[in-house]
Amino acid sequence: MIAVELFTAQNIGFAVISLLMIVAALRVVTTSNVVHAALWLVVVLSGAAAQYVLLAAEFVAVTQVLVYIGAVMVLFLFGTMLTRARIGTERDLNNSYRLLGIPVAGLLFAAMAIAIVSSFGDEELPGEPRLIGVPEISDQIFGPYLLPFWALSFVLLAAIIGAIVLARKD
Amino acid sequence: MLISQFLILGAILFCIGVYGVIARKNAVLVLMSIELILNSVNINLLAFALRNGSADGHTFALYIIAVAAAEVGVGLAMVLLIYRNRRSIGLDELSEMRG
Repeated sequence: MIAVELFTAQNIGFAVISLLMIVAALRVVTTSNVVHAALWLVVVLSGAAAQYVLLAAEFVAVTQVLVYIGAVMVLFLFGTMLTRARIGTERDLNNSYRLLGIPVAGLLFAAMAIAIVSSFGDEELPGEPRLIGVPEISDQIFGPYLLPFWALSFVLLAAIIGAIVLARKD
Repeated sequence: MLISQFLILGAILFCIGVYGVIARKNAVLVLMSIELILNSVNINLLAFALRNGSADGHTFALYIIAVAAAEVGVGLAMVLLIYRNRRSIGLDELSEMRG
């Protein structure tokens, strides 16, 4: 029964997008060019936005495109531009003990995979999900989650002021 | 669609991000790896929001996006300041706080 339902359009889309995301994420952490890493990160973030659409979260997907791909990537490219004399391949981007990261990440993934498979196994997502629109999200933000929203606005204010104070020449 | 396929994807991206944080020396690349980690968390939150049919996961995903934007802003300002003072953003050279 599982085999019949394996090749739905959603599953094929998920497989293609997630393969692209994983390859791009590996390139982000292995490439020797900072600008290329930023561009591969754009691929990962776009794939994440596509996954959000697949998970019926259109508003979060649009916000992801606007904030991450629009604003955060520009910040990253500015940071690269302002801190490096030349754009191009660069050695010495990795730590000397970077091989230590492979067993750490592998063990972490093994632990998480065992936990996920043993907890959720082959539990299906609901086929006809309850669609959540923007009004309901805004009711959540300005209702029960108002206090985190205020905290978040202070965080943003502090971040803006802090970034200006740190980066300006005096 | 199974729920565990999204959770496994989130776990893979999380582990790649952790590897990046450990292996990279350049501060900008470490910040990029942190973005990978935050995105994997968002995928998990939205998968559970779809499973439970609630809007809580969407709300928290939006909050995480906002916090990540603030973090990148402050982080890159700090990287800029370090670069201005030391002409390098290698994280292993920042050893002044060593006791």
